[in-house]
Amino acid sequence: MTALSPPGAAERPALLARRPRDRRRWAGWGFIGPFLAVFGLVFLAPIGYSLYLSLFRDQIIGGTTFVGLENYGDALADPQFWEGLGRVTAFLAVQVPVMLGIALLVALALDSGRLYGKGFFRISIFLPYAVPAVVATLMWGFLYSTRFGLVANIDDALGVTLPDPLSPDLALASIGNIVTWEFTGYNMLIFYSALRVVPQSLYEAAEIDGAGQLRVVRSIKLPAIRGALVIATIFSIIGSFQLFNEPSILQKLAPNAITTYFTPNLYTYELSFAGRQQNYAATVAIIMGLITMVIAYVVQLRGMRKDV
Amino acid sequence: MVKRNRRLLRGTAVLCVLALGAAACGSADDEQASEGSPADVEAALKKGGQLTVWAWEPTLKQVVADFEKKYPKVDVELVNAGTADDQYTALQNAVSAGDGVPDVAQIEYYALGQFAMSKSVADLAPYGADKLEEAYSPGPWSAVTANGGVHGLPMDSGPMALFYNKKVFDKHGIEVPETWDAYVDAARELKKADPNVRITADTGEAGFLTSLVWQAGGRPYTVDGTDVRIDFSDEGSKAVTATWQKLLDEDLLAPVKGWTDEWYKGLADGSIATLAAGAWMPANFESGVKGAAGDWRAAPLPQWEKGNTASAENGGSSLTVPAASGNKALAYAFTEYANAGDGVRARLAEGAFPATTEDLTSKKFLATEFDYFGGQKANEVFAESARNVADDWSYLPYQVYANSVFNDTVGKSYVSRQRLATGLEAWQRKSAEYGNDQGFSVNK
Repeated sequence: MTALSPPGAAERPALLARRPRDRRRWAGWGFIGPFLAVFGLVFLAPIGYSLYLSLFRDQIIGGTTFVGLENYGDALADPQFWEGLGRVTAFLAVQVPVMLGIALLVALALDSGRLYGKGFFRISIFLPYAVPAVVATLMWGFLYSTRFGLVANIDDALGVTLPDPLSPDLALASIGNIVTWEFTGYNMLIFYSALRVVPQSLYEAAEIDGAGQLRVVRSIKLPAIRGALVIATIFSIIGSFQLFNEPSILQKLAPNAITTYFTPNLYTYELSFAGRQQNYAATVAIIMGLITMVIAYVVQLRGMRKDV
Repeated sequence: MVKRNRRLLRGTAVLCVLALGAAACGSADDEQASEGSPADVEAALKKGGQLTVWAWEPTLKQVVADFEKKYPKVDVELVNAGTADDQYTALQNAVSAGDGVPDVAQIEYYALGQFAMSKSVADLAPYGADKLEEAYSPGPWSAVTANGGVHGLPMDSGPMALFYNKKVFDKHGIEVPETWDAYVDAARELKKADPNVRITADTGEAGFLTSLVWQAGGRPYTVDGTDVRIDFSDEGSKAVTATWQKLLDEDLLAPVKGWTDEWYKGLADGSIATLAAGAWMPANFESGVKGAAGDWRAAPLPQWEKGNTASAENGGSSLTVPAASGNKALAYAFTEYANAGDGVRARLAEGAFPATTEDLTSKKFLATEFDYFGGQKANEVFAESARNVADDWSYLPYQVYANSVFNDTVGKSYVSRQRLATGLEAWQRKSAEYGNDQGFSVNK
């Protein structure tokens, strides 16, 4: 800091120099004070409290004891935690590309100007996002039912026996289907609005150069919405790692397929509410937070690189 | 810059101290149960005061009204803080926060051990509960007593019976099974007669399976203070797994989870032919399976050995007084009124199933005809079952958790090739691990 001080500063009388600086400093605090208070209360305090909790262990016999980093060691060696993490990672690897791919295709189609009834398509594809996740999952739960739901109807109508969508092998895929249905419209809207702000002059220039539609998509549209793609990907990664609503509700219908540690979030919920292990749950939550942060950051770094 | 950073640090430190403070409040120690006496209870009733009762049992509404009428100085607030697990979570949180703890809380028998072990609920013996042993049937009484303490008063009980759809059995000319072997045969015949019919619906439920083991004479849980043994390899457990494995292997169970819409539909349309459950079930039949009124009947639970009369409890709950209650004497007064006094009659009138011997044997109770069961005097079946419940059963002091991981372990046997016995082993292992983590000495 001192190196940057103006050359004459040291020669000025100390009193004069300090007063304006002090005043400026207080005024600044006054402005950011409200923000800092809220930020501290809703952001730093919960994280600090979770970190604090994660250093203890509360037992039915023996009460609360300080255990240092033991919970972290336990969590990293916990097969159930890793199984849940592996499951959401697989989910991420399959569901996110499918969902974003569909969203991108739809956005490009809407933007192509060749679609009749564009407004209708846009709103109807976006509509599922407006349905609360709980309601959507319950609705899909009924559709998936092999006794009274859509699956049962198809079985009856065609005389076939479809596999149970909520069996252990298919549960994750069925959840992926629900999430895709819910969030394709949301991502489509992000892409579509990014496409709308591409300057018309670029398209005109492309036309003059004799570029076809595919070439326009590849050379103008996709590069133009790269920021939106990266943002949507990061949101989806966070969403995948935090998968909770859908499995939690379907668990009521298929408790044998969806275990209590199906996803890391479900696991922390179970740990604190059924197992009264809030300390361990806090530890798992912190580790998951770190992992999510690292992966999202890596995606952002790669996605924003200029030379890709 | 350095200075500013330091300030920021100081600010963060203040926040952390705040957080730590909150945490310190959170781990306030449970109050030790202070002694009381029947005289205190009398005095408390004379003095009056306010009580908060957490319960989801609907019949308590009438009891509260009657109680307030009888003791005008007492003001009782009945709060539904959630059903079962939801309420336990709320109660657990209130107890560890040391704030907002109710004066009376409903706790199911299987969960009571957990609260008694952590001394979250008061020992009611000094207030006069120890004199009430004779008033209750043995199953519920043993469920509320442990290590010389009385941790709650039984509110209702669930001696098991076999509910069966008579119309379906008559239609196919199949006899109602008296043993579990006959039950398996009946299951085969029913499926053969109508491929859409299954003898019962089961997707794996901890409370049901442990009740069957209880009836079969298995005692997988032994608890002596903090020494716990979990052993699902005894004869009783083996009998249950062998029978249920047959039902699973031959696809004789409807894979419909209890209490779902599908389940109610199945009970109504005859595709689920029987249901072994506690005596609290009739009210649920009347409200949830209206379409099949007159079709169903109650029969004694099938036996593991022909000619036996063994039974078990399934469900049922007690009223307890949390140790952190500010007015335990008055809270006990209400509990006794509701569960051993006039409150019992008020609740029976609304369809509850009693835990009190006097009511279980009263002529009026036994002679009640159930319109839903085609005029059958079903209480005779239930009362007989209540008499035959073996009273040496105990649950784990952390059964709530154990039950929550039942479907993680045993559940796999319902949807894959895993044997039921293997699932039970996994359940036993997981329950033991948790117990040891929680400071118990399990299977050591």
